[in-house]
Amino acid sequence: MTLRTTTLGAIALAAIVLLAFVPRLANPYYLALAISLLQYTVLATAWGMFSGPTRYVSLATTAFFGVGAYTVAVLGEVLPWPVVLVVAASLGAILAAVVGLSTLRLSGVYFVIFTFGLAELVRQLVVWFEVNKSRVLGRYVFVNVTQSDIYWQLLILAIAVFLIGWLVARSRLGFALRIIGEDETVATHCGINTTIAKVALFTISATIMTIVGAIMAPRWTYIEPSIAFNAMISFQVLIMALLGGAHRLWGPILGAVPLVILFELLSARFPNTFTIILGCIFLLIVYLLPRGVAGLLESGKARWGETFKPRAVA
Amino acid sequence: MGTTITRRMALLASVCAATFGLVATAHAQASLKIGYAISRTGPNTGGAAVTTLPNYELWVKEVNAAGGIKLGDKRVPIEIVQYDDRSNAEEAVRAIERLVNQDKVDFILPPWGTGLNLAVGPTLNREGYPHLAATAVTDRAPELAKRWPNSFWLLGTSADAAKTLVDLLVKLRDDKAIGDTVAMVSIADGFGIDLSSAGRKALTDAKFKLAYDKSYPIGTQDLAPIINEVKALNPDVFIAFSYPPDTLALTEQSRIAGLNPKVFYTGVGTAFPLYRQRFGKNTEGVMGIGGWSGDSPAIKDYLARHKASAANGAEPDRWASAVTYASLQMLQQAIEKVGKVDRAAVIKELQTGTFDTVIGKVKLENNMPTRYWWVGQWQDGEFYGVAPAANEGARKAVVPKPAWVAQ
Repeated sequence: MTLRTTTLGAIALAAIVLLAFVPRLANPYYLALAISLLQYTVLATAWGMFSGPTRYVSLATTAFFGVGAYTVAVLGEVLPWPVVLVVAASLGAILAAVVGLSTLRLSGVYFVIFTFGLAELVRQLVVWFEVNKSRVLGRYVFVNVTQSDIYWQLLILAIAVFLIGWLVARSRLGFALRIIGEDETVATHCGINTTIAKVALFTISATIMTIVGAIMAPRWTYIEPSIAFNAMISFQVLIMALLGGAHRLWGPILGAVPLVILFELLSARFPNTFTIILGCIFLLIVYLLPRGVAGLLESGKARWGETFKPRAVA
Repeated sequence: MGTTITRRMALLASVCAATFGLVATAHAQASLKIGYAISRTGPNTGGAAVTTLPNYELWVKEVNAAGGIKLGDKRVPIEIVQYDDRSNAEEAVRAIERLVNQDKVDFILPPWGTGLNLAVGPTLNREGYPHLAATAVTDRAPELAKRWPNSFWLLGTSADAAKTLVDLLVKLRDDKAIGDTVAMVSIADGFGIDLSSAGRKALTDAKFKLAYDKSYPIGTQDLAPIINEVKALNPDVFIAFSYPPDTLALTEQSRIAGLNPKVFYTGVGTAFPLYRQRFGKNTEGVMGIGGWSGDSPAIKDYLARHKASAANGAEPDRWASAVTYASLQMLQQAIEKVGKVDRAAVIKELQTGTFDTVIGKVKLENNMPTRYWWVGQWQDGEFYGVAPAANEGARKAVVPKPAWVAQ
């Protein structure tokens, strides 16, 4: 076990070192692809961190992502970059805590609907404020952040996400959440304060999503609500996490990587029929891989064990 | 030993040079690769399908029919690489990076709309490609042109648009054609907000009485309450900084409610052929953003060619379409003048040269044209430019607008 952990650690470390050199080696196109891979890996992992154990399906990803992007649009030229990121993270955390406290008592389909509405609500609030107060809609982001900077920031965030996820899973909080996911009534009877547990993790996950939005914003120069609060992001993150398997920390990355590459190949090869092919692929995923790639790997491993263990013993 | 290495190296070097040279000449002479990513899906589809795509297709068809673009003393055909940006800024940026690094295109044509043109600006600047933004209206255009010297902002600024409209109103008031009550509505989106902010200031400075000043959210279906409120105020001038769907809805409601002020002005979409199809005789006297010199032979010829080339004989819009086509002519003339695929030289030529286009002679100053059409008016079934009045081919505005007729 220790050997396995050490090996895994060494592999992870080697991968990180290799990944850190991508901007030096890749041309801008591959760098853009790598940025996209990291972006969706972080978003899907953060999504899975909350939704995996609790089984609450959230469509609010874009609400937090957009808040991050908008913070950069408003403060990017005024404050130094690290401060902007801290402000964005704090705003995301506050929003998530407020929203979490008021809504995590909802469950099932009501929660899904609410989170979908949340993104639209935040977007309309931003529009209202910009139209009636600041009287500009559409802001410019001129900050000195290169593509390589964006990549490295995302890489650091990705490492942080996996560390946080690993730590949470090993903590009392993580255990509590797994019980909530299995049966919330039982969890309450065990003396777990389910609301606090859920809000805490929802806030952590949402803060990470907000930071991703802030890091990505300098890529577009121009931000308006329809760009920052794009509902497609919520759906893509959801499908990636489901494809990979949200019940494992490393599950969503197994969905994010193939899907980002697939999106890229489809939009390059079939620009005019992209949406149709995408729809068919989603159907296939839902029918053939209900538990995601992670589930497939696990059942494969279990079957492998069943077939070979007795023979090995004999 | 030393000699062997030198000889070997020389051989290697010459092989390399030969290979690269061959590749370079073969590449330069086979075709001119031009790429674009355009919104074929998503909210920008409508604009791109009316204003941008038909012009790209018309231009490529015409150039290739003539044997291609002239590089030095021979013509090379244009080869097109195209993607769908799905009306998404991130997708648009990635498509440009793909065009540059994977497809290695020689030139890139811009996407449709202000937001996407701004999104791809930094990438095109970093890679040194000329960026002829023909469908972007932004107040920061002069600053952007300075920041990205490879970018050309051919549609001007919204402040200029609002100012020209108010100048026209001032002149009409001086001529006693209109009074000084104005009702203004705008869509709560980037374009509407920019224009209404500039318009509000210009109207107040010109001592107009702004009796009504409201915005409505994008996607508003029922505009009847707005029109009824405006009608109750009985203004001399009605200004709507609107987008195509609401331009149609506001006009329809005004006709139904009988709101018929002396000046009736609507925003994007007024210049679309669709507007005339929908309102027929009722377009008479309606003013809107854009316009062109409908009497100029070059424009008439362009209109005929566009109709012949586009699917279903679609007509161009009377604002950015002609500017888009002119931007392609400018690009072609700049490339032919330089005579090879030297993007830096082409950018320089675009900055300094004079070009013969469907919208007349164009000479850019600080990467922007010096003349724009800001106010057009439907007169006898054509959308003529009426302001700035100093523009060549400007028609006199017909005020008051004739009454709506039953459809």
